[in-house]
Amino acid sequence: MNPGIDLQGNFIESVKGFGIPPGAARALWLPLPMLIVLVAATVSVLVVVWLERKISAAAQQRIGPEFIGPLGILAPLADGLKLVFKEDTTPSKADALLFTLGPAIVVIPVFLSYLIVPFGQNLIVSDVGMGVFLWLALSSVVPIGLLMSGYASNNKYSLLGGLRAAAQSISYELPLALSVLAIVMMSNSLSTVDIVQQQSGYGILGWNIWRQPVGFLIFWIAALAECERIPFDLPEAEEELVAGYQTEYSGMKFALFYLGSYVNLTLSALLFAVLYLGGWEFPVNVGTIANLIGVSENTPWLQVVTATIGIGMTLLKAYFLIFLAILLRWTVPRVRIDQLLDLGWKFLLPVSLVNLLLTAGLKLAFPIAFGG
Amino acid sequence: MFVLTGYEYFLGFLLICSLVPVLALTASKLVRPSRRGPERRTTYESGMEPIGGAWIQFNIRYYMFALVFVIFDVETVFLYPWAVAFSRLGLLAFIEALVFIGILIIGLVYAWRKGALEWS
Repeated sequence: MNPGIDLQGNFIESVKGFGIPPGAARALWLPLPMLIVLVAATVSVLVVVWLERKISAAAQQRIGPEFIGPLGILAPLADGLKLVFKEDTTPSKADALLFTLGPAIVVIPVFLSYLIVPFGQNLIVSDVGMGVFLWLALSSVVPIGLLMSGYASNNKYSLLGGLRAAAQSISYELPLALSVLAIVMMSNSLSTVDIVQQQSGYGILGWNIWRQPVGFLIFWIAALAECERIPFDLPEAEEELVAGYQTEYSGMKFALFYLGSYVNLTLSALLFAVLYLGGWEFPVNVGTIANLIGVSENTPWLQVVTATIGIGMTLLKAYFLIFLAILLRWTVPRVRIDQLLDLGWKFLLPVSLVNLLLTAGLKLAFPIAFGG
Repeated sequence: MFVLTGYEYFLGFLLICSLVPVLALTASKLVRPSRRGPERRTTYESGMEPIGGAWIQFNIRYYMFALVFVIFDVETVFLYPWAVAFSRLGLLAFIEALVFIGILIIGLVYAWRKGALEWS
């Protein structure tokens, strides 16, 4: 097994070289991966917004953003700057405290979930034992924020939007949790690093997508619903509810909702890649290639190359899924609220339960193929 | 120091993530204009004077869904330890989970037949 690059160890060693005690070196290291991940997540929102505008334009045979920077690449940055300078109005009838607290409660858990997203063997903020379970727990905090801001606005559209958001996310959380459960069963672990390692060794054939053909579809549908993407964007359906729970929001508070929804989309795509597409694994096993050309896996330059390939592969897979999500937006119409709830409760929930039991049965019958 | 290893990162990350909305709102507070006036702060209702407030009692229809959700969410929480330890538990655990999920499926069928999953 390839031990992978150890950035923490290297950093602490090199800082100790300056005569700083190990404890202080560790404390210096602690915030670094968090800040890097946080900045990367924010930058990825800009990239996703640009992609969304460009791909939407291509789908409708338009040009899309063009003038701000080459290919309009700075357009999302300009959007963000505009929102910073916008006036922030709170309706006089609204509950001011809850009105401010709502967007914050939406954004914090979404960013916090990046704690468990692995980009390589050691390239993870923290490999906490309960990994994916932590993500599911955090993702169910988000609807509280949406409900809070919908209620606090004291606006009929906002209230209905907030209620819809809560109903939708509780309906799709169950299929999501149950499809993740089937993966957990195959990996014998909740840790995201273990889940990727269990898929390694056989290149593209080892990925969970082949062993969970039903599970990945359930996960993808439920993840789109959790992110409130079309065809499941009922909480902010503009023809019916103006903008749902965002109706009264402007300026930076609106920007927080916007940020939260795109970070959530990226997060879901990353986790889909980790759970079903082998995370940082290259389609062909890198260790095998290294052995072929006769280089040891512990060579420093090879470790750097492997880590770079790992990050690249994770992002590539995630962005492919984001691309699919954006194309879906222009392919399928929005569902009605009763269709949405029917799909969640009467189709996805029974199917995901059967999928779980089937996985358990197959694991008993073929223990080697399903993770021992 | 910490009983659960790795969770010091969780606390640190929680702190840093909580700073995101605080910093964003403070930064915008420094640069944005603020014009006050009663007209600007009225509730939006498609350009009309709002008729009544939103804080009233009405049938939200999602109540039964919320009840069924609680049952199934607790079920999922019970299933997580089972799934993690499944390879060590073997056939007996599989049969037990089959019975457990079977009972819950009967519950789902009951709720379905009673019309708890109907939106209208």
